[in-house]
Amino acid sequence: MSNHSTAASPSTSIWGGDVSPFKVSWGKLYMWIFLVSDAFTFSSLLIAYGAMRHRFTDIWPLPNEVFTHFPFVHGHMPLAYVGLMTFILIMSSVTMVLAVDAGHKFQKKAVEKWLVLTIIGGFMFLGSQAWEWYHFIHGSEKGAYVLADGRFGRTDDLEPGVLKFRDGSKVEGAEATELIATSKKNIIGANLEENEYGNTPLFANFFFFITGFHGFHVFSGVMINIITLALVSSGFNERKKDYELVEKVGLYWHFVDLVWVFVFTFFYLV
Amino acid sequence: MSPHSHDHAVDAHDGHEHHEHHDTFWTKYVFSQDHKMISKQFLVTAIIMAILAMVMSLIFRLQLGWPDQKFPIIEKLVGHWGKGGKLDPNFYLALVTIHGTIMVFFVLTGGLSGTFSNLLIPFQIGARDMASGFLNMLSYWFFFGSCAVMTASLFIEAGPASAGWTVYPPLSALPQAIPGSGLGMTLWLISMIMFIASALLGGINYVVTILNMRTKGMSMTRLPLTIWAFFITAILGILSFPVLVAAALLLLFDRSFGTSFYLSDIFINGAPLHHSGGSPILFQHLFWFLGHPEVYIVLLPALGLASEVISTQARKPIFGYKAMIGSMLVIAFLSFIVWGHHMFVTGMNPFLGSVFVFTTLLVAIPSAVKVFNYLATLWKANIVLSPAMLFAIGLVSFFISGGLTGIILGDSALDINLHDTYFVVAHFHIVMGSSAIFGMFAGVYHWFPRMYGRMMNKKLGYIHFWLTIVCVYGTFFPMHFVGLSGAPRRYYAYTAYEGFDAALNINALISVFAILGGLAQLIFVFNFFYSMYRGRKSVQNPWKSNTIEWTAPVEHIHGNWPGEIPTVYRWPYDYGKPNADDDFIPQTTPYSATTKSNLPGEV
Repeated sequence: MSNHSTAASPSTSIWGGDVSPFKVSWGKLYMWIFLVSDAFTFSSLLIAYGAMRHRFTDIWPLPNEVFTHFPFVHGHMPLAYVGLMTFILIMSSVTMVLAVDAGHKFQKKAVEKWLVLTIIGGFMFLGSQAWEWYHFIHGSEKGAYVLADGRFGRTDDLEPGVLKFRDGSKVEGAEATELIATSKKNIIGANLEENEYGNTPLFANFFFFITGFHGFHVFSGVMINIITLALVSSGFNERKKDYELVEKVGLYWHFVDLVWVFVFTFFYLV
Repeated sequence: MSPHSHDHAVDAHDGHEHHEHHDTFWTKYVFSQDHKMISKQFLVTAIIMAILAMVMSLIFRLQLGWPDQKFPIIEKLVGHWGKGGKLDPNFYLALVTIHGTIMVFFVLTGGLSGTFSNLLIPFQIGARDMASGFLNMLSYWFFFGSCAVMTASLFIEAGPASAGWTVYPPLSALPQAIPGSGLGMTLWLISMIMFIASALLGGINYVVTILNMRTKGMSMTRLPLTIWAFFITAILGILSFPVLVAAALLLLFDRSFGTSFYLSDIFINGAPLHHSGGSPILFQHLFWFLGHPEVYIVLLPALGLASEVISTQARKPIFGYKAMIGSMLVIAFLSFIVWGHHMFVTGMNPFLGSVFVFTTLLVAIPSAVKVFNYLATLWKANIVLSPAMLFAIGLVSFFISGGLTGIILGDSALDINLHDTYFVVAHFHIVMGSSAIFGMFAGVYHWFPRMYGRMMNKKLGYIHFWLTIVCVYGTFFPMHFVGLSGAPRRYYAYTAYEGFDAALNINALISVFAILGGLAQLIFVFNFFYSMYRGRKSVQNPWKSNTIEWTAPVEHIHGNWPGEIPTVYRWPYDYGKPNADDDFIPQTTPYSATTKSNLPGEV
C-alpha cells in the first residue's frame, strides 16, 4: 500500500481521493478482502493437516487405498469418483463465468440459465460429497484389525482373508485367520475417534473437518446462488441496470472451487 | 475489473436523506446504521465490559494481596464462589481468564477499534458514512452478542471458562479437567466465534472505506495517522482472526465431537481417553499466529490516536510523518513472524527459537522510531496539557517502560527463566494493556466533543489521569520483581511456598494500588456520563485541529456534512507553521490562501 501512496503526486493520482484506486465498487472490494481472510482460515487448516501428516508419515493412509469406490460399479477404482466430483465443481465454475458474462451483456434469460446450471452443479457436488462421506464412514466389509502385537492390518473387499500392512507387507491364509482371531479390535469404517484406514484418528478427523468446512462453504454458495437467481428473476438487477451482484457471488463461487483444488490435492493426490 | 464504478459517497448520501424522515427509536439508537451512533454503541458497551473486567481483577487482587484474609464483599459479589468471604480457587482461575478475555478482545480490540475506527474513518477521510452501514450494524450486534454470551457464561452452574485467556488445550479441551472447561468453555468459544465475525465485518468495512471513499484531495499521504493506524490494524485483523477461527473450531470439535486434533495419550482418573496423535502445540501455533498480531491490533489504534493528539496539542507537525507510517507497516509485517516467542518453552528447536528471537528483537527498531518521533514532536513544543494530551504522553511513557522489558522477554535465553512469571504479566499490562487503554482515554477525552457535542470536565480529567498513571505504575512496576523472584502467574496463593514469602508484601502493595486505580476509574465513568448530558457545549473545533472531522457541524446529521464534502488540499499536520497567520491551517485550506507560509513545492 505504502509504495502506491508515496510514489504518485496526490492531485493527479488515482490514490488522490474521490475515486476508487482499484476502480472497483466497495462491494466487490469487500468480497475480495473477505476471500483473502477466508483463504487464511483454509490455509491454516491445510498447514495444520500437513504438519500432522508429516508427523505420522509412516502410518498415514494412502488415498488411493481409501477412496476406491464408484457408484454402480463394483470394483476398485481409486480416485475416479473424486475426479468426477472435481470435474463437476470446475464445470460449475465455468457456468458461473458464463452467468457473469451474460450479466455484463444484460441478458437476463441467459443469466438465469447459467445460474440454474451452476446451482445444479453445486448440488451435484454436495451430493457427491455426501456419497463420498457415506462410503468413508461405512468402510469395507471386514475393516481393519488392531493385532495383538499392536500392528494395524487392513482387509480388502477384493481379497478377503488377506491382511495388508501400511509398509506394503501382506499376510494370507491360516496365519491371517489366526492373527484376526487373536486381534484386539476390529474397526469398520470411520468416525471421529477411529477409522479403518490408518492407525491414527487424525486422518479421519482432518478429512471430516476440512472437507466438511469446505462443504459448508459450497452449501452456503449454493444458497447464495439461489437467492441471486431469485433476485435476477424478479428483475431486480434489470431495474438497477447493474448485474454486479452476480459478479460478486461469482467471485465467492470461484474461490470455493479454488479451495477445493487445494483440498483435493492435499487429501487425494499427495 | 468492473466497468461499473459507482460514486458511493453520493449513494450513501442519497440513501440517508431518504431515511431521515422516518427515524424511529429503534433505527436511531438500536439498529442504527450510522457510523457515529455505532461508534457510541461500541464505546458504551466497551466501558461496561471494562468495568466488569476491572471488578474481576480487583476481586482476585484481594485474594493475591491478602491470601489469608476473608472479605465478606467477595461473597456478596460472587455468591457461592466466595463462601464465607473466601474466593474459590476454581473461580480464581475463571476470574483471571474472563478478565483477560474481556480486556484483550472486548475492550481493547472491539472497544478501541470499534469506537474510533467507526467514529473517525468517515469523519477524517471525508465520507458520508462507512461503505456499508448495514454490515457495520451487523458488526456491532455480533460484538454485542459475543459480549452477552461471555457475560452469560459467568452465571452458569460450573462457572465460566477457566483455562486462561489463551485457552490452551488439553486443560480447555477436557470437560473433566476443571469445572470451567465444561459449558463455560463452550460458551467462550461461541462468544469468540461471534467476536471474530464482528471483527471481520468491521475490519473489512474499514479497509474498503479507507481505500474507496476518501474525499477529493485526500491522498494516502494526507491521511491523519489515526486513519493509517486503523487501516493497518484492520488488515492485521483480517489476516489473523481467520486463523483463530480455525483454532477455535478445531478445539470445539475436540471438546464436543471426540476428535484428537490437540489431544493425545491422556489419562483422567486413571482411565485412558481414546484420543491419540494430536498435538497441543498445534493449538499454540494457531493461537499465537493470531495472538501476536492481536497485540498490535490493540496497540496500533492507540498509537494512532496518540499521534494525532500529540501533534495537535503540541501545536507542531508530527515528527517523521512518513516514518510513522513506515514503522507501523514494518511492525505490522513483523507481527506475523514473531509468534514463536510465546512458545520458547514448548520444546521448540533452539535454532528455530533463535530465529524468533531475531525477528522479535527487530520489532524494537520501528517501535523506537515511533517513540523518538513522539519525543521529537514534543521537543520545544507549545504543549497544551489537555487531559487527552496527558494520556497520550502517558501512553508514550508506558510504551517505553513496557517496551524495554519486551526486549528482555524477546530473548529466549532470558525468557525461558521468566516464562509464565509475573514479569510477563507486568510487561504486557504496561506495554499493551495500559498503553492501549491510555490511548483509548486520550481518544475519548479528545473526541468526546465530536461524539456528544459537549466537553468533558477538564479538572476531573486531570485527577483521573494523575491517579491512574500513579496507580498503573504502582501496580505493575513492583510486579516485575515478583516475577523476577520466580512467582508464576495464575497461582491462587503462594503461601505454600516459602520462597515467595518476600513477594507477599509486594503483592499486598500491588493490590492497594490496583484498588485505588480501580476507584479512580469511577471519576472517568462519572465524568463520561455526566458530560454526555451536562457537559459544557462544545464549539465546532475545540482543539484548533486541522483534520476535517472538525469542519462538520457539532450536531450529528446523516451524511456528516450538510452540503458538499470538503475538499482536502494539504496534510493534516500544519501546526505552528512559520509565517502562517494562525498556528494551525486546516486541511481544507488551499495553498493559494496561505502564500506567505508555503514551503517550496507547496502549490
